[in-house]
Parts: sequence; C-alpha cells; structure tokens
Amino acid sequence: MKRLGGLSLFALAVALLPFIFPDNYYVTVVAVSAGLHAILAISLNLLMGYAGQISLGHAAFFGIGAYTSAVLTTRYGWNPWPSILVGLAFTGTLAYIVARPILKLKGHYLAMATLGLGIIVHIFIVQMGWLTGGPDGMGGIPTLSVFGWTIDSDERWYVAIGVLLVLVIWLALNIIDSRSGRALRALHGSEVAAEMMGINTAATKTGVFVLAALIASVAGSVFAHQQAFVSPDSFSFFFSIELVTMVVLGGMASTYGAVLGAIILTFLPELLVIFEDYEVMIFGGILMGMMIFLPQGLFIGLKDLLHKLVHKRSNKAKQAASQKENNHGVA
Amino acid sequence: MPSSPLLQVEDLTSHYGPIQALHGISLEVNPGELVAMVGANGAGKTTLLHTLSNVHKASSGKVYFEGTEITRTAPHKIVKAGICHVPEGRQVFGPLSVEDNLLLGSFSQRRNKAWVEEELGKIYQLFPILKEKHRQAAGTLSGGQQQMLAIGRALLGNPKLLLLDEPSMGLAPLLVAEIFRVVRELNEKGVTILLVEQNAKAALGIADRGYVLETGRVVLSADADDLLADEAVQKAYLGH
Repeated sequence: MKRLGGLSLFALAVALLPFIFPDNYYVTVVAVSAGLHAILAISLNLLMGYAGQISLGHAAFFGIGAYTSAVLTTRYGWNPWPSILVGLAFTGTLAYIVARPILKLKGHYLAMATLGLGIIVHIFIVQMGWLTGGPDGMGGIPTLSVFGWTIDSDERWYVAIGVLLVLVIWLALNIIDSRSGRALRALHGSEVAAEMMGINTAATKTGVFVLAALIASVAGSVFAHQQAFVSPDSFSFFFSIELVTMVVLGGMASTYGAVLGAIILTFLPELLVIFEDYEVMIFGGILMGMMIFLPQGLFIGLKDLLHKLVHKRSNKAKQAASQKENNHGVA
Repeated sequence: MPSSPLLQVEDLTSHYGPIQALHGISLEVNPGELVAMVGANGAGKTTLLHTLSNVHKASSGKVYFEGTEITRTAPHKIVKAGICHVPEGRQVFGPLSVEDNLLLGSFSQRRNKAWVEEELGKIYQLFPILKEKHRQAAGTLSGGQQQMLAIGRALLGNPKLLLLDEPSMGLAPLLVAEIFRVVRELNEKGVTILLVEQNAKAALGIADRGYVLETGRVVLSADADDLLADEAVQKAYLGH
C-alpha cells in the first residue's frame, strides 16, 4: 500500500502539471523528453543500481527500438504497433545473445564490453545508409494511435508518456520487491554469497539485462513516433553516458531517484541556456557539487536530509514539552 | 558406521591458478553427524567448503551427496539438493533488511511457502534479536547478530547438510560460546553439520568426529574426543 501511495502521488503530480502551467514549453516539450529519459534511467537502474552491473551501452537498445519502428513503418508501411513488437523481439534476442558472454565480465571489463556494444550498434546505424538513412537519419515516421485516439499534439504526447512512465515505475517497483528483485540485490552484494543462497546468478543477470533492454526498446520506439524523425546522434556513446549520469545523480538503487536524475539532467541544460557560453561549465559545476555534497544521490540524499530535519524538530518539540511538564511539576 | 554417508568426498583437489590449494581430500559426513574440520589459517578449509558448494571449481576428485555425484553440479542446484552454506565472514547482504536476508535464504524453496513461513517463525524463536531487528539493514547488526542471521538464512534453505565456515571468526568469547551452543542444538535437532574452524578446541568440543587439515591435506581423522586428547593436536592447535 505504501508503494501505491508514492506512485499515486507521483501520478497526481504528473497529471496536475499541465493545469498548473498551461501552454508551457517546459511542460509539453521538455517534460516529454524528461519522461522518456526517466523510463530509460529506470531500466538502466534495474541493471546498474540494483543488480550492480554497469552498462555504458544502454543507448544501443534504445536505438534498436527506435530504428526498428522507424524502418518498418516508413520503408515497409507497417502499422506502428507490430513494429514496436518486432523491435522488442529484435532487442530481446540481441540482448539475450550478448548477455551471457558480456555479463561474465566484471567491473571495468564489463564497462568496456558494453561500451563496445553501444559503439558497434551506433556504427551499424550510421553505415547501413540504405536502410537507416545513415548519418542524415530518417523522417516521416507516423505517430501512434491508441484505440482510435491519435497522439497528434504535444499535449497528447505528454499524456501518453506520462501514463507510460507511471506504468514503468509501477513495473520496476514490483520487480524490486519480488523474489527476483531480492535476488538482484543479493547479486549486487556478493555474487558468491548469492550463489550460496541458491540463486542462479548467470540466469538472473541475463534476465535483468534483457528486461532493461526491452524497456529501452519500447522507449526507443515511442521516441521515434513522437519525434517523427530519428538520427544516429540520439543513440551515441554520449547518450549512454548521460543515462549513467542520470542514474548515479538521482541515486543508485532507487527508482524515484532515477526519475529525479532524468528530470534534472533534462531540465538543467534547458534552464542554463541563459548563461550561453558558460552553460556547459555551470552544468558541470552543478553536477560536481551534487556528487560531493550528496554522494548517495539526490533522491536518497534529500530524503535523508528531510528526515534529519523533521527528526530534529520533533526532538526539540519533545524537549520543550518535557520541560513544560517539569515546570508544571515545580509550580 | 552407517553404510551410506550423506556426503562423501574422494580425493578432491583444487587450484587457484597454478597454485594447488587442496591435495586430494577425502572425507565423509554421515546423516545426523556434526563433523569438525580444523586447521590453521591457509590450510584450505574455506577452499574445501567452496569446492563442495562448487562456487570454486574442483580440479579432480569426486563429491557425492546422498549417493549422487555433484562435483560439477551448478551451485544453485547444489543448494536445491540440500547443501546450505554459511560463508566465512558471514557475507550478509548489508543494505537489505534482516528479513529480506532470511527470505533470500529460502530462495530455493519457492514451492514451499507454508514451510518457509513456519521456519521463519522458528528462526525468530531461535534468535529473538533477529525478529526485533527484522526491518533493519543487515549491515547495521553486530558481528554476532550477523552470524546468527547467516545461520538463520542458511536454515531457510531447508538444509540436509549445513556447511559452517568459521562461525567464531571475529567474535567475543562469550558470543563464540553462544554460537557454538546454537550449532550443537541444531545438530541435536537433526541437522547434519560440517563445521570448519580455526578454533579447534571449541569446534572439537561439540563435534562427533573431526578432521585435521594442513596445507590442503587431511593429516588426522578421529573421534573428536580422541583428537582433543591427541598430543600433536594439542601442541599445534590447542596451545598446550
């Protein structure tokens, strides 16, 4: 119930935002891409934050989903929905095949291997110009419609991605709280100890890797339909790094942390535009400051801070109350 | 001696890269027994248990459990077969709650929900402190409490054989006595135990039989009382 409480609060905030700021560029445009980033960060967080397996190539799965949808709908005239499913099947198969050998690696080596995967996929997208349009990308991707409701305006996209985000959060929270979720967290602690508990660590790692890839693929397909245009730049190594930064900044092993990280990393550059030439410098400075002062990540850090403040106040109140009582006793 | 041992190890060897850690270990544990394996630091005690659980690969030799060979069986299947391991240094999952740690121990018992619930109650009875702190992060427990948690966690795997690796490590003498009392009690309740210990006196004190391990070889094996009385053992391990 506690879980649903937090989620409904979040859903309510998402629902109310457009009413509080009607016709606002930040809500209808920036928030939509923040929502997609949040979905990606949540999926990466399952792998990184909970299972402790780093990936520097998560953008690859995002890209495969996006390009499968783009290619099938524009070049072959498919309906978007089966295209999304094909994207899922394609991403899932690839993730499953590479998972076993890659996830045998640990630490820096795993980082290198996933980095390689991301770069290979990116090169494929750039080089297969006859299919993907190469570095120029491809446009004219049709929009989505759900049961006859065509998502054809920024406001409707806000609603669609808001709903998808809430669903993904709900999925992630449920997984983490389940038997498999415990297995993931055990894996993070110590692989040997996890094996001693009877956890099939190889299968568990493969499972979470594939799941994270599948979520990223859906996000990719949705991204392609929403933008109506895809180009390789959106799926480069740098975007993978950005996703990792979102997870770390928000707080590893916290789903809401990942969401918060994604929101901040999407909004901050938009807000810092006023500083023009100094934008990147200030952005970097803010990130460094956050990591120095809230090393557990923003979400958990702020939660702890709030907790402490409330505790202090209630302690003070208690002290004051007991002092009053004593005074009464004396009187 | 009963005709079929629960665990039978034949000529087991194991390596870390080029370095041989186990030089042909043979031993057996019969149903209901509490067997102690004592030896100094670096004798290969932990390696032996890791090789039995197959989280460390055997180079040669055979391990039989209930008559079935499990030398190359995957670790999670060994747990399912009924060998549960309490690792050296406890290895509790620090950020997870005490109860989540215990439930992780029951990972192999997913079809056995009613049993798990009942067993969880029993473990809280055995270690009331765990119940009191069941929502706390396991990493915040003291060493002794973590040891209790590690034992409770392994018991939730419904073990036919419990492998205990150095439960006295880093604990105050009073706590060591408490942990060994619990181990004895568990054995009396019917859990078969292979206990690996540097603290030879305490381990042999509660065991039925014992083996002495030296640089990866079994150099002595006898009833625990005889080993306690043995002059060589006393000199080397008991400080007499």
